Amino acid sequence: MTKPESQSKTYSAGVLPKDKYDKLDQYISTLEDKEGSLIHILHKAQEIFTFLPQEVQLHIARHLDIPAAKVFGVTTFYSYFTSTPVGKHTISLCMGTACFVRGAEKIAHELKDKLNITSGGTTEDNLFTLKEVRCIGACGLAPIIMIDDKVFGRVKVENIDSILKEFKEEV
Amino acid sequence: MGIKSLDDLKKIREDSLKKVNLRETGKDGENITEIMVGMATCGIAAGARVTLAALLDEISKNNLENIRIIQVGCLGYCHSEPIVQINQPGKEPLLYGNVDDKKARDIINKHILKNELLDDSIIINTFQKA
Amino acid sequence: MDKIRSHIMVCGGTGCVSSHSEELISALKAALVTAGYDQEISVIKTGCFGFCGQGPIVKIHPDNVFYVQVTPNDAEEIVKEHIVKGRTVHRLLFEEPEMKGKLESHDDMTFYKKQYRIALRNCGLINPENIDEYIAFRGYEALGKVLTEMTPEDVFYMIKESGLRGRGGGGFPTGLKWELTSKSEGTEKYIICNADEGDPGAFMDRSILEGDPHSVLEAMVIGGYATGAHQGIIYIRAEYPLAIKRLKIAMDQARDYGLIGKDIFGSGFDFDIIIRLGAGAFVCGEETALIHSVEGLRGEPTKKPPFPSESGYKGKPTTVNNVETFANICPIILNGSPWFKNIGTETSKGTKVFALAGNVNNVGLVEVPMGTTLREIIFDIGGGIQDGKGFKAVQTGGPSGGVITTLDLDTPIDYESLKNIGSMMGSGGMIVMNDTTCMVNIAKFYLEFTQDESCGKCTSCRIGTKRMFEILTKITNGDGTMDDLEHLDALARMIKDTALCGLGQTAPNPVLSTMNYFHDEYLEHVNDKYCRAGTCKALSKYSIIADKCIGCTACARVCPVKCIEGKAKEVHVIDQSKCISCGACFDACKFDAVLKP
Repeated sequence: MTKPESQSKTYSAGVLPKDKYDKLDQYISTLEDKEGSLIHILHKAQEIFTFLPQEVQLHIARHLDIPAAKVFGVTTFYSYFTSTPVGKHTISLCMGTACFVRGAEKIAHELKDKLNITSGGTTEDNLFTLKEVRCIGACGLAPIIMIDDKVFGRVKVENIDSILKEFKEEV
Repeated sequence: MGIKSLDDLKKIREDSLKKVNLRETGKDGENITEIMVGMATCGIAAGARVTLAALLDEISKNNLENIRIIQVGCLGYCHSEPIVQINQPGKEPLLYGNVDDKKARDIINKHILKNELLDDSIIINTFQKA
Repeated sequence: MDKIRSHIMVCGGTGCVSSHSEELISALKAALVTAGYDQEISVIKTGCFGFCGQGPIVKIHPDNVFYVQVTPNDAEEIVKEHIVKGRTVHRLLFEEPEMKGKLESHDDMTFYKKQYRIALRNCGLINPENIDEYIAFRGYEALGKVLTEMTPEDVFYMIKESGLRGRGGGGFPTGLKWELTSKSEGTEKYIICNADEGDPGAFMDRSILEGDPHSVLEAMVIGGYATGAHQGIIYIRAEYPLAIKRLKIAMDQARDYGLIGKDIFGSGFDFDIIIRLGAGAFVCGEETALIHSVEGLRGEPTKKPPFPSESGYKGKPTTVNNVETFANICPIILNGSPWFKNIGTETSKGTKVFALAGNVNNVGLVEVPMGTTLREIIFDIGGGIQDGKGFKAVQTGGPSGGVITTLDLDTPIDYESLKNIGSMMGSGGMIVMNDTTCMVNIAKFYLEFTQDESCGKCTSCRIGTKRMFEILTKITNGDGTMDDLEHLDALARMIKDTALCGLGQTAPNPVLSTMNYFHDEYLEHVNDKYCRAGTCKALSKYSIIADKCIGCTACARVCPVKCIEGKAKEVHVIDQSKCISCGACFDACKFDAVLKP
């Protein structure tokens, strides 16, 4: 599946903490079918590092003794994986059909305007990353946005400010 | 404990049946009221955790015994989440929709304690099952 | 404390309120006071009963008596007869059209039999994290029966006999699929549960996994026994954390009881299940792509044959079934194939779960026998269109399906009939659209989805869907020509004929069906540069109706680009060359003087 340009380029993150790599290696060593579990390993890696930069992808390739191109191929194929850094909070905007017919487009415009980013982008203050996602499966509450794990249903353009405020004030 | 035969399975089934009979028939061996809360993704997104907390809070405030709270999956009435079902011995099960914090408290204080049903919230079951 | 002995429940849904249920409630309350029963009988307003054509509806609880078309004038009689004397008011009972008999209990009505739950039988009824509750509702009995009394041949023969077909969309006979894998050579075989529900707007699989995970696990073991597999794999979207959690709990509990693992039910049959996570790719719903993803690769489809039943996961014979298909297995084993065959239509047996969403009042999951009409689902069960707007179309089959209009609302739905009217069953998403939905824009929405989700392996899908999306974008921007419409049609047909997998072959369906049923809307976009629904921003301009404008200046004050001219108490005018179609003036006007395009 295609992704916004910013995500399909490899991103170099420089040196990352060793304990994080250790944690990942530890997880990989528990797996029986290592190569077949590549997707699971990438899930774990993204959980540990929050994103999958070039260095992490290479590390996994070397550890499993498979071509880095294969890791890169899988990482870029699936929309769940991201190879660029993400903000403190991820806003998932549901663009499923049910949300679409109940006005998700308007919400999308408003969010992009308010945060001054495009889909897949991160705000300047590194607070929010905006992602357009496919059906979250809460169609009864359409339109939906999800910030981290918190779901906001029946969102109206007028409410976006107050929803965002909650997360801005945390800092 | 392992199940190694249909008889083993039957034994577990009979023990458990007493607990769940109430839900379908209103018959009950234990004289317990059950409150079922729909806790699927959509229910939780609509605020079922708040509902659940409010129910538990009122139950402990009123020192109620013989009430069991059960988390269940999706009933299909997404338009009225969060959903709560009340099963009382000898009565037909009743469904409430759009149960927020206040309504959850009303369910305990009015429905359970005074047998007053709440206005504007009851949903009627509209299906049969295999 | 039990002072109140009975409740009169009156429907307070939109439909019933418009047929005076509020007045009925007052009348009932007054009649109770007159009769002196107001302390022991209470009147309750409820949510929609979903029987709006017969409203207002009254149900007496706990007697379970059901009255229809009750007017405020009937209140006194209900109180005097039913409440005081305990006699049913026969005049107000619902008369079943076919039986000509009056029915007292609402459970007997065919209307309430419209929904019949097989796959969803336990959802919302049991605690999904407690295996004992599943067992109480005959859980794992089918597995016990299969392992102790039946041969693998008996099992796939029984499923074949029942007429069960794949619920993921394709509709391939499940029993046959099992038989094919069973007859493939080799001792190492696999059975995979496809829980990669990627169709936007569909959530039935998620609900089953969250509400009744054991029903899927049990059926997988049965499927493993029938096909000769000892390893089951559940491929599930990472976006469904709760379903994953509940599956894991269910698997642990089943393992503790020995219902998965070694020597199940003392039969010598071993079977285990693992979970594999998806990572967000719609194409992985296609079985060959799914198998590659399970192997940890890019989820790209491969040509069939060979079919997975011969060469699937790790090159071994593999069965892939959808969650809902599995959820149907145990009831068939327990109740027999004649029972299942009795439900549904000639070619499609049993029930289908639909996720009813969009501009419909009662958004939710419904499970209806095959052969139910769309009208029954949308208007009876779904309670009709939101906000009193008109029905325009319903989309089934998601991005692979098409739109269905009023013309076909009375078609009994099954796999074949939906295909005949240009759509498909799909996984069960059912999106209802009202008359403010632009059909060109909807086609564009689906094409944006498919071109984005195209895996890129075959040219016709990778480039073709992208070109179609570009043409549709051009049309919705007001730059379309008649040539574009021709190209769009030719391209759609070519992709349908040449794409490698199901995703590409069905991707043009939304375009073909909207072009077929709503050709005039396409023409309007191209020739008149007009979007009647007002959703295509570039084609929609606001205007002010001179007769209605009183010159309050409200619109001019809210206009962000200051394109509304006019003095106070004089008619205002919108300069359409500057208008950005934000709609602020429409919202601000209290006199309905702003005309929405």
